[in-house]
Amino acid sequence: MSTVTKADPATPAGSASPLHHRRPLGDRGFQILALSAGLLVLVILVLITVTTAQQSTTWFSGGFKDIFQVAFDGNTRFGAMGVLYGTVVSSAIGIIIGVPVSVGIALLLTQVVPARWARPFVYVIDLLAVVPSVVWGLWGIIVLVPWLQKIYLDIASGVNGIPVLDSLFGGPNVTGASFFTAGLILAIMITPIITSLSREVIATVPTIDKEGAYALGATRWEMIRGAVWPHSKGGVTGSVLVGFGRALGETIAVALVIGDSVEVTPHLFYSGHSIAAIIALQFGEANGGEFRSALIGLGLFLFVLTILVNLVARWFVERSARRARGD
Amino acid sequence: MTAASDSLGQPVDLREPGGWRRSKNQIMTVLMWLAFVIVLIPLGFVLVTLVAKGADAISWQFLTNSTIPPNVVPLGVGGMGAAVVGTLEITGFATVLAVPLGVLGAIYLNEYGGNGILARLISFMSSVMTGVPSIVMGLFIYIIWVLHFGYSGMAGSFALACLMLPIVIRSSYEMLRLVPNSLREGSYALGATKARVTLTVVLPAALSGIVSGALLAVARAAGETAPLIFTILTVEQTNPNLFSGPDTSLPLQIFSNAQSAYTGANARAWGAALTLVAITFILMIVARIITALFTRNTR
Repeated sequence: MSTVTKADPATPAGSASPLHHRRPLGDRGFQILALSAGLLVLVILVLITVTTAQQSTTWFSGGFKDIFQVAFDGNTRFGAMGVLYGTVVSSAIGIIIGVPVSVGIALLLTQVVPARWARPFVYVIDLLAVVPSVVWGLWGIIVLVPWLQKIYLDIASGVNGIPVLDSLFGGPNVTGASFFTAGLILAIMITPIITSLSREVIATVPTIDKEGAYALGATRWEMIRGAVWPHSKGGVTGSVLVGFGRALGETIAVALVIGDSVEVTPHLFYSGHSIAAIIALQFGEANGGEFRSALIGLGLFLFVLTILVNLVARWFVERSARRARGD
Repeated sequence: MTAASDSLGQPVDLREPGGWRRSKNQIMTVLMWLAFVIVLIPLGFVLVTLVAKGADAISWQFLTNSTIPPNVVPLGVGGMGAAVVGTLEITGFATVLAVPLGVLGAIYLNEYGGNGILARLISFMSSVMTGVPSIVMGLFIYIIWVLHFGYSGMAGSFALACLMLPIVIRSSYEMLRLVPNSLREGSYALGATKARVTLTVVLPAALSGIVSGALLAVARAAGETAPLIFTILTVEQTNPNLFSGPDTSLPLQIFSNAQSAYTGANARAWGAALTLVAITFILMIVARIITALFTRNTR
């Protein structure tokens, strides 16, 4: 510090000057420490890719025919398509149910409820996020599944013989633990994240746009359609994708309610499986060899998939945030 | 907003008195409220079931007895003490690892990185990393740690720390950005070095926000199951040593007991679930209180 007091006042600290070289060691050390902590994020992401790829070479060396088959029996067949199908279908159901609800709540909290009353509502939505995944799974398997099974059976007998509906909601193997149940649980679980991200985006809509719409005689809904939506659709799309990424990677709740059978079927009320769930449920039994390699390979698959979804999602969110800041 | 005033100063509603446009507006408002109510149903349902079934299971013995009984044994024998200890140890150590690193990372992003390409990349990738499935973090630690050094509570902490790191970075970064530049400039004017300004002026100014963000990350990590499956395995006795030997935790016990067909195991799962949710709720409430105090101070 004493060096600073002797400094030439014509060269202020921080500018390119001899002072720069005389920074105390601790100061440099702290900067390096902070930089390495930041770099840790990149290091972890790269290491995840490299190590999982290394550990799954046995599986990948089996070739496309082995990877792109449906069956996964833990014995000789280790296909990715069956579990991938379950992951995508259950996540899609989660999105279809969860998005209207989440965006509806985001609009409610930003446009309908006065700002000072919104806080308790936000707390309630955040409670959903604090309930751990495994607790949703426990509730799902013990309470929800037996209850839904009766409803599914009623629906299945109701749609019996109707062309499209029968293949979606009918069939003889209808059961409580199914793609649809997993989708329902996912819808509940992704609602808080989509709501909170959408809320942030919608909150950046300029008041002048909204007042302009009202001044033209718009109703509140017309104002939302005309002023809020054009401004925030990119950000809301990003939020939905973040939610989709969460749904793809959600493990324990899905593992407990999806039914533990690898199948590709249009019947939504049938048992299925997902990538994350099969890793969680079968890793203990996979002692070495191709089985474990396949499960780690599926983990890499899931990692790449969620990274891609999140890259696109964050790009949307950041772009809309930049636009809101006006640069 | 849509009202004008007549000659007497009374507000006059200029909108059409009725018609499709207003009905549509009302329908949409009702639908938005309905969305909120739809979410309340599962939330209320799960909380009521949790409290009703969990309260039956929870007793002092349940929380402290260190032997987790086999699934067939009815409730009343043994307890979840081992899992409670495991959860606190593993999550605690993960916090010790992830929070300082996360805050340092955020300091780099906000204080040193500026608008540089590296800082922007790290900032962007840390938000992408918050979306990496927790099970992938578990596999990662399994490969780089467990395969070489065996199962331990610490391996679980590593996996949870990987999960918490990007969350802590993001929340701390948002808080550091709120610290006014005048505070930094004032300290520089007094001749302080950048490290000293950051540690003694900027960080204390953002501290309560950082703490509440970190607590939310801890609450999320405490409830994670998937990363622990491959890192701590599971045991039925308390493992006092965090650094070696398989361990157990509340989420893992809920997961395995939920899959059991025995009512005793299911009852223990509910008891463990209520304990876990109580722990996460307490953390969240503490975080909320700190945030509330913080926002009042800055106003």
